[in-house]
Amino acid sequence: MVKFLSLSEAVAENLNDGDTVAFEGFTHLIPTAAAHEAIRQGFRELTLIRMTPDLIYDQMIGMGMARKIVFSYVGNPGVGLLRRARDAIENGFPREIEIEEHSHAGMANAYEAGAAGLPCAVFRGYRGAGLAAVNPNIKSVTCPFTGEVLAAVPAIKPDVTFIHAQKADRKGNVLVEGIIGIQKEAVLAAKRAVVSVEEVVDSFDDLHPNLTVLPNWTIAAIAVVPGGSHPSYTHGYYVRDNAAYLEWDDIAADRDRFQAWMQKNVIDKSADDFAARVEHLRTAA
Amino acid sequence: MSEGQNPLGFTPNEMMTIAASRALKNDDVCFVGIGAPSAACNVARLTHAPDITLIYESGTIGTAPQVLPLSIGDGELCDTAVTTVSVPEMFRYWLQGGRISIGFLGAAQLDKYGNINTTVIGDYFAPKTRLPGGGGAPEIATSSKEVYITMAQSRRGMVEKIDFFTSLGHGEGGDHRKRLGIDTAGPTLLITDLAIWKPDPATKEFTVVSLHPGVSREQVQATCGWTVKFTDALKETPSPTELELKTLRDLQARTKAAHEGTAKGEAA
Repeated sequence: MVKFLSLSEAVAENLNDGDTVAFEGFTHLIPTAAAHEAIRQGFRELTLIRMTPDLIYDQMIGMGMARKIVFSYVGNPGVGLLRRARDAIENGFPREIEIEEHSHAGMANAYEAGAAGLPCAVFRGYRGAGLAAVNPNIKSVTCPFTGEVLAAVPAIKPDVTFIHAQKADRKGNVLVEGIIGIQKEAVLAAKRAVVSVEEVVDSFDDLHPNLTVLPNWTIAAIAVVPGGSHPSYTHGYYVRDNAAYLEWDDIAADRDRFQAWMQKNVIDKSADDFAARVEHLRTAA
Repeated sequence: MSEGQNPLGFTPNEMMTIAASRALKNDDVCFVGIGAPSAACNVARLTHAPDITLIYESGTIGTAPQVLPLSIGDGELCDTAVTTVSVPEMFRYWLQGGRISIGFLGAAQLDKYGNINTTVIGDYFAPKTRLPGGGGAPEIATSSKEVYITMAQSRRGMVEKIDFFTSLGHGEGGDHRKRLGIDTAGPTLLITDLAIWKPDPATKEFTVVSLHPGVSREQVQATCGWTVKFTDALKETPSPTELELKTLRDLQARTKAAHEGTAKGEAA
């Protein structure tokens, strides 16, 4: 049953060295606070899964925490490249990392298969695409009814998934709304799920019946972290800090500047510092 | 280009965006790729195609943003959408389901058959430059009924041989898509900052059908890495109208103000 914990306790209880872990969020609701807590606790040899690795995986890769990344878009959305991830892939700095690359359709289907308890996903994809030749986990199956050749990829089943969401009720049910991305599938596909939320409310009795609610028994731990998805955003609470994404391009371009930034903004800080970072982004939400 | 040809003072990039916007129709259902396509799609919506359905891969269907999103998942896309669905639903029901009329893509590297590379420069396993990768594009390129591509011309970008097949265009040309069992049309239009290109009906090689105002054949060839073919009935692209140019510039000014608006000192 779900536990309400501090973020540092929730991360410590659920993440281990060597785990396969997904910190999901499709541009919206990125669990930055949880990723920063994992960085402070210094986990190693992680397999990091995420459709759009963006800043938090750039940071974790730059800190040497990843042995492998599984992804479908290793960029800074709308800005350009991820420079720490590039340094790892191109130069093996700060360590060599293994990559497993998919398309968005491949990853989305693989998460859905994980949530559905299937061994693999079948879909119409990767036709004529070079990825099928460089990723041995992209295979094909023939439809037994029509003879159509379809793509197959193994289901994604993380040891632990971290997501950020708008709110929990006192019983620990979680509401996700807005761009819901792949979060529901990532939670249901995982052995354990940890959710950071903006706030806890008394009850969900007045919610629309079709909203995306994750029942409390699908979640291992909840931590209340206002602002916890900054510089991403939480729909209804604060807007995306686009300026921070633009700024990251410069910070991550230089190994020393990156380390100094991480020391000052992650290592020397805590989950409590996130609320102040979104103050100026709340009015427009 | 002389003043007489360009009294509005539009730039080649503005011409590209506006020419691309004109290709979209009011009843299109358009899957909008990140970057240059987004501006063209929204100019179309704000001018001649007010009812166009714009879909971003974050799951937002029928969006009408006031400013261009920096990412494909900015909140305004969701706020203004007819509906927002999950990412697996987006790729399974809407794209794979055959409901997209136009997939609109940008490209880092493009060949003459409309094959796109956004994955690596150099060898995949020892890349010179690791690019972001395909994201949604590999399936947008094969599941959309047609694909439009827009990019600024350069010899680095438009090459004889791409380093990696991120998204299939016409493959080796001719009926290659059909031989792979793909029944969608693939790239049917390429809009650059200098010209409009369409695939030759038989070979599927992109051929220049229209030069933007003031652009010469030599300029197109000088910024393209393959030997360019021009159609016999070569046209000139109509200049942007005042309304088109004002719509694009207003959109970009609103976008710049909005993205800088979140800046705050040392915000992490």
